[in-house]
Amino acid sequence: MASRDPERPDPDALLARVQRNAARDARARLKVFFGAAPGVGKTYAMLEAARRSKADGASILIGAVETHGRTETARLLDGLDVLPRRRMDHRGVVLEEFDLEAALARKPGFVVVDELAHTNAPGSRHAKRWQDVVELLDAGIDVWTTLNVQHVESLGDVVQQITGIKVRETVPDAMLERADDIELVDLSPEDLLARLAEGKVYVPDQASRALLFQRGNLLALRELALRRAAEHVDAEVLRYRREHGIATPWPTHERIVVCVGPSPGSERLIRATKRMAEGLHAPWIAVNVELIGAAPLGPRDRERLEAHLRLVETLGGDVVRLRGHRVAEALLAHAREHNVTRIVAGKPTHPRWRDRLRGSMLDDLIRGSGPIEVHVIAPVVSGAAQAEPMPRAEHAELGSYAWAIAAIAGVTAIGLFAFEYVALAEITMLYLIAILLASLLGRGPSLVAVALAVVLFNFCFVPPRFTLAVADVRHLLTFGVMFGSGLVISTLVIRLRRQERDAITREQRTAHLQAFTRDVAAADSVADVATVLARHLEATLDVAAAVLVPDPVDGLVAAAGLTPVAAQEITVARWAFDHREVAGHGTDTLSGTSALCVPLIAGDAAVGVLAIQRRRGTPPRLGVDQRQLIDALARQAALAIARVQFAEQAREAALRAHTEELRSSLLSAVSHDLRTPLSVITGAATSLVQHGDTLTPAARGELLQTIVEDARRLERVLSNLLQLTRVETGMQPAREWVPADEIVGAALTRTEETRRGRAVETDVESDLLLEIDPVLFEQVLINLIENATKHGAPPFTIRARRDGGDVVIEVADRGPGLPQGESARLFEKFVRASAAPGAGLGLAVVRAIVHAHGGTVIAANRPDGGAVFRVVLPTPPPPATPLTLPERAAS
Amino acid sequence: MSTVLVIEDDQQMRRFLRTVLAGQGHTIVEAGTVATGIDEVRRARPDVVLLDLGLPDGDGLAVIAEMRPAEPRVPVIVLSARGQEGDKVIALDSGADDYLTKPFGAGELLARIRAVMRRGAVAGVTPEVIDVGPYRIDQARHEVTVDGKLVHLTPIEFKLLVELARQPGRVLTHRQLLRQVWGPTAVDQNHYLRVHVAALRRKIERDPAQPRWLVTEAGVGYRLRDAAPTE
Repeated sequence: MASRDPERPDPDALLARVQRNAARDARARLKVFFGAAPGVGKTYAMLEAARRSKADGASILIGAVETHGRTETARLLDGLDVLPRRRMDHRGVVLEEFDLEAALARKPGFVVVDELAHTNAPGSRHAKRWQDVVELLDAGIDVWTTLNVQHVESLGDVVQQITGIKVRETVPDAMLERADDIELVDLSPEDLLARLAEGKVYVPDQASRALLFQRGNLLALRELALRRAAEHVDAEVLRYRREHGIATPWPTHERIVVCVGPSPGSERLIRATKRMAEGLHAPWIAVNVELIGAAPLGPRDRERLEAHLRLVETLGGDVVRLRGHRVAEALLAHAREHNVTRIVAGKPTHPRWRDRLRGSMLDDLIRGSGPIEVHVIAPVVSGAAQAEPMPRAEHAELGSYAWAIAAIAGVTAIGLFAFEYVALAEITMLYLIAILLASLLGRGPSLVAVALAVVLFNFCFVPPRFTLAVADVRHLLTFGVMFGSGLVISTLVIRLRRQERDAITREQRTAHLQAFTRDVAAADSVADVATVLARHLEATLDVAAAVLVPDPVDGLVAAAGLTPVAAQEITVARWAFDHREVAGHGTDTLSGTSALCVPLIAGDAAVGVLAIQRRRGTPPRLGVDQRQLIDALARQAALAIARVQFAEQAREAALRAHTEELRSSLLSAVSHDLRTPLSVITGAATSLVQHGDTLTPAARGELLQTIVEDARRLERVLSNLLQLTRVETGMQPAREWVPADEIVGAALTRTEETRRGRAVETDVESDLLLEIDPVLFEQVLINLIENATKHGAPPFTIRARRDGGDVVIEVADRGPGLPQGESARLFEKFVRASAAPGAGLGLAVVRAIVHAHGGTVIAANRPDGGAVFRVVLPTPPPPATPLTLPERAAS
Repeated sequence: MSTVLVIEDDQQMRRFLRTVLAGQGHTIVEAGTVATGIDEVRRARPDVVLLDLGLPDGDGLAVIAEMRPAEPRVPVIVLSARGQEGDKVIALDSGADDYLTKPFGAGELLARIRAVMRRGAVAGVTPEVIDVGPYRIDQARHEVTVDGKLVHLTPIEFKLLVELARQPGRVLTHRQLLRQVWGPTAVDQNHYLRVHVAALRRKIERDPAQPRWLVTEAGVGYRLRDAAPTE
């Protein structure tokens, strides 16, 4: 393999650079005025720069600037366009906040937003101001902002170590990396302290003021800030070098994995890994290993674990969840599979004996790591957050202890009774059985049972009996064996039971998913999918769920769901939909609301939003398992909705095409089949008007008769066209139960005139009911009767009978029958069997209406001469006899 | 003879109606809109109103609604096209007496006018014994004869027949019949009515699949003819 010329940049990289440049030019720019501590003059510097830009003609909007009563800063605002603050009433206190919506609506060239780390007042759209800034940038608006070094997320614990201040308001590192410009505002600690003495520095919290403004601390913070700014410059230089074909000075093949758990020390591990990864320019991954058969995490541990994993994501790392029997094993397997070069793990905080007993994870890790470097870092534990005791569910109830004690007492009683007949060894066995039973009750009861068994065994049976003294030293061994095997048995049993419970939970979730997939596959409309999703969630999680889908007119509307969706939730849902991110309760965005809104995303687009609330409108309390289930269901539902929408679009397109085709055939009918009778009428009528006097009475009568007949013909064509258009454009028949003899009778009454006395025999089963649209179906029979009397010869018959689940109606004649091979084509529009007049629409109408009723119609020649048209209608059993309807009281 | 008010906006249709009705000796009053129609009802005091449903300034139903409180007796015949069965039912339920489906012939028009006027003359008084076509209905004795032969009807069938026979020749909607026979709660139970009419036909018609007297108006209701059909 030929090695690549090191001086020539990789063509792929060049392409990527071009694309990135395009993206950078298009995207909004972020400039950060970066400082070591409050009071160094960031806001001042920013505003001065803004004034200069304004002088250069830039359009500037002051979004939010805190002057903290400093007059020289306030003076800088003069003449700048300052956005009014949004006033919010929070529990009687009026709070002023940066008005994000107004800023977005104004679309300025750039917005100046002070204090990136600011936490927004409750009820704001985002929890943090940096999220507001992200939204501004996403909207294409440049932003200038200020930031102190202690607020940088990954430096939080370093700052805490240096100054002792726990920093609560943090900004993700990604924000700083996203910055196109970082302007360091620097001031020596001496000058800063002098300014502080002059009262020019505003620090809200007196305690942190005392800690922060110590010379040593200020020096350290300044160094941190300088370094962080330099790193940014470094990265810029590197990017420049890369983009301009200057070979990178280091090969970066590093990949780092950090092992994360619920223990509070993990936070430091994560930040350390992030810094290490940054130094190495390596991707990093946080791995959490869930032990198979281990006790489930308690709610607080679980929350902490999730917080850690979220921290990883905000710091730009990836999260991987693994399951395995041992942490080290699962971690190493993953590491080897993904070419990981370094693993970061925490120093153990538990006592050494635990490692002796259970084996040390760190030991296993180091032994099995091979070429992978393992970094061990001491966790910082801030005291309060100790690992939580066993979760509540694992605590055995008092009743269980009573049972365990009873079991041992029972065995002791049996032993005392049988002591004369059995050896000590047998009694030991009895105790082991009792311990086995007790271990089914949980760890606590089993330990009590083991201890009690040893004590009672000693007291009651081991000589000297009824003392705790032991005469023979060999009995001590018996105690040891009893104690040890009791412990082993109970541990094994408890682990088995946990695995079983685990398996059941997993099984249930799989079953839920399967049931959901099955139900959702059957759904054929968005509303169906939404109903299925809401119903499953409500049944599984005891929450109220609603699904919102976009509506061209009303924005997002509820597709299904038992709870009405309040306007507030709609706003949250709207945000989740627009940004394709989870929002609402328990998230970082709009968390003040009671609902959790999960966007349903298929491909690149959101197709709807799932809103989840606890019943009675309180926020849902959802654990990791529930969140995972919700995510899984949401994914499935999104795909189903996308599928249904595609199907609907296809259906609509087909209907449009069909309507188009119909329109063109309608035009041809109008042009030909309507004009013919009209010409006849016009001709006959004009000759009567002009030559009426000279015509013989017989000729006059002839012409008048022609007019009447062709007018009727015209009416028939028109009414057929009308019915056909209605049915073919999707009008659904209004079905009712109608006796067959009534509908046949109605059709015969209507055709009395056109039949001109030609009789039709009827053979209709009595009590035969049809489920039909009487108006439409009458047209079917009329057309068939007219068709028979026009083309056929008497006798004409109509037969109607039940045949299994169908009703069969036949209209037959004894005429010449149908031309060979024409029987199917007869039902096409504008096809005429013989030379008889008529637009050839009649049978097309018959077919269309019968199809709309779910039935079929065929034409055939009768074996003994003539034609028969047979309509087959699937007919369910008719409703119960109507005689039960109460009569009206005699009036 | 009598005064006929024609409320119809189409000039040709009015010309046709005028010619036919004048030929029969009727006096014609014409109106082309809902507003003038209502005025003419008050002013000309017609004996019959022919009402088109689609008028330029609104729905012909408005004329019925406006005139009915003051003129409960003046018969109204609605003129409408095929395919508008729903409109016909609404018109009948809100007080029209009958309808004609366009296009209609002169004979049909005159027959309908004669029928509504005859009914108007005897309205309000239902004789103890009603004679319609081959039927004689004795209300006091609950007896019905067809061509002199006694037939046995159930109470529901008897009531149905009486309702139809009280206004022979007039179409009664499903809703009207259901309300009269079963009461206001049953007005949507069309298939109950259908089954009982079918049973009634089997007793009073020679061939229930080709009824001569008790005819179906598809999508609208039933009519008991007051004269034998022309064949």
